[in-house]
Amino acid sequence: MLLRELSEAFGVSGCEDEVRGVISEAIRGRVDEVRVDSIGNLIALKRGTGESALKVMVAAHTDEVGLMITHIEEESGAIRFRPVGGIDDRILLSKLVLIGKERVPGVIGAKPIHLIKEEERKQVVRVDQMAIDIGAKSKEEAEKVIKIGDYAVFATEFCPLTDDGLRTVKGKAFDDRAGCAVLIEVLKERYPFDLYAVFTVQEEVGLRGARVAAYAIEPDVAFALEGTICDDMPKKKDVSPTTKIGAGPAITIMDRSFIADRGLVKLLVETAEELGIPYQFKQPGIGGTDSGAIHLVKEGVPSATVAVPCRYIHSPVCLLSLEDLENTARLMKAALGRLVTRRFVDS
Amino acid sequence: MQIAPLLKKLSEARGVSGYEAEVREIVAEEFGRYADEVQTDKLGNVIALKRGEGEEPRRRIMLAGHIDEIGLMVTKLEKGFIHFTEVGGFDEQTLVGQEVTVHGRRDLPGIIGSRPPHVLPQEEREKTMPMDKLFIDVGMGEEELGRWVRVGDLATLRRQFTPLQGDVVAGKSFDDRASLAAILVCLEGLASVKHAWDVYAVATVQEEVGLRGAITSAYGLAPDVAIAIDVTFGDQPGVSEAETLKIGQGPAIGFGPNIHPKLHEALVEVAKELEIPYQVEPVPGGSGTDAWAIQVTREGIPTALLSIPVRFMHTSVETLSLKDVERTGRLMAGFIARLDNVRIYEFTNLEEGNCF
Repeated sequence: MLLRELSEAFGVSGCEDEVRGVISEAIRGRVDEVRVDSIGNLIALKRGTGESALKVMVAAHTDEVGLMITHIEEESGAIRFRPVGGIDDRILLSKLVLIGKERVPGVIGAKPIHLIKEEERKQVVRVDQMAIDIGAKSKEEAEKVIKIGDYAVFATEFCPLTDDGLRTVKGKAFDDRAGCAVLIEVLKERYPFDLYAVFTVQEEVGLRGARVAAYAIEPDVAFALEGTICDDMPKKKDVSPTTKIGAGPAITIMDRSFIADRGLVKLLVETAEELGIPYQFKQPGIGGTDSGAIHLVKEGVPSATVAVPCRYIHSPVCLLSLEDLENTARLMKAALGRLVTRRFVDS
Repeated sequence: MQIAPLLKKLSEARGVSGYEAEVREIVAEEFGRYADEVQTDKLGNVIALKRGEGEEPRRRIMLAGHIDEIGLMVTKLEKGFIHFTEVGGFDEQTLVGQEVTVHGRRDLPGIIGSRPPHVLPQEEREKTMPMDKLFIDVGMGEEELGRWVRVGDLATLRRQFTPLQGDVVAGKSFDDRASLAAILVCLEGLASVKHAWDVYAVATVQEEVGLRGAITSAYGLAPDVAIAIDVTFGDQPGVSEAETLKIGQGPAIGFGPNIHPKLHEALVEVAKELEIPYQVEPVPGGSGTDAWAIQVTREGIPTALLSIPVRFMHTSVETLSLKDVERTGRLMAGFIARLDNVRIYEFTNLEEGNCF
């Protein structure tokens, strides 16, 4: 399964090569031109039928949150690290990680409960107090296999959870390998316009790949495909779930990075309703996506974001429903197919 | 003996305290390779006998390592999610983002989830998550979940045994499956040397909830001498050297009120003679191991404690040096091969002051 390969590939922001490789292979034969730009975006052109002169960009980011090795202590060989992208310190303890190109395994240790004082148990262990153990006895020994600046990813296997109903799967980096999987699926069809599928880099550290790609492409319309926040777990205070698993693709109206083009939102909603595809609106005001950068490029680009709800993003293991993933691809294909006949900027 | 594949098998097997069946079968089979008899007692302890060659009635030595692991138990189902409590002691902070297997009507892979950082106010991120805020997600809807999982079902940590650099490995439940591997190293070693005493290798149950398997098995066997084998705190960043022992530097030979001083001395002598690196672990009071229960069984049993240093104890990434496992096994075999009737007099009579 392609989602497995995407999920298990190594691609912390700034080090997306392996993911790019998986995608290049997957889209071979489906696109007319492929190039990689200076920052590492994979830009694929799928020529249209010629019915429309529009240039449409669809972006999904290849990078994931992860860790970077920052320091190796002289005496103990303890390996210190910092997060790349937004990671809650509280999910890091007692995890297996893979460091660098050679995927050197290491563990983020935790104090044995027996040695933790009562008052200490209530204090969050901070990332700067943590260390990775690769089993090396000294700095010198550690440096034989890893070096400062190496990236590390969580060691998480992709695996289906249930075969029926929601058809859930678990794995790492569904934010945004889910979006990548949808975009690869979207490329199976030909559209009335030239479609630029952009697999962007460095989204997690500030939407950096999307910005330069959009500048180069100058699209008339853009979409970002995401694996997005899903907070539908039980909690004491009744707050919004942001999105819900199994309720279909999540359409953004507004998040912290942009306000979606109203015409495009309408196109997405009408398409979903006419075809009977379940959909939901992502709770406004939370998160941000590549659209945040794209919509401000040059004189502005009408943009929208469609996402697959993923629980536990930015943690070692996330969960999504394949139903949602497939419905997101269906919706995107159908909406793109209708784009030519519509005014996409609704004032 | 290839210790890595053996420890992998033991580590990845499931056996929460009171529910040790899966790991029990593996241990019984492994014991069977070297023992004359293998049986399971009423509480579920696996007891293997390897007969000695001395004259009957032969003296008995008991080797005890526990097979149970700490785990989780389902307390409530809510909207398709599973609330849980602990069996044995976890630090909640190490459970967040952890993968588990829920042992319902079938085994279900699951995740101990947490809310995404994007929706959390900063003050929330400054607080630890208590166990009642954690839950397991097996990716099922409410109705489907109810068909497969019930209150009282168990869950275990899911972690593949992972070789790190050199002979260091990481995985779950090295506490105390590493000691079972050491006992097997010992039994293999005894296959090729003569020993006078009968050796009872015991895989004890329910240690993590109160040394319970050790209580009944020691009573049943009434050994002349016992050695409990467990893990101890390995050196790690953020923990004082005074509280830990170094991994890769050999077994820790315990010393203190829980340990018979003559046995301690004898183990140190054997380690020196066989040039096995060792460390001395001061245990000023309760050792928290099977040794604590065994020592006061019946009219009292001279007991020793050998410990394998393990980093990050009671987490899913316990880390140890395979050499220490091998050395622990070899030390026990060497000790057993040297047991005779002279020694037993020393072990059972403490009239000569010998605690210095």
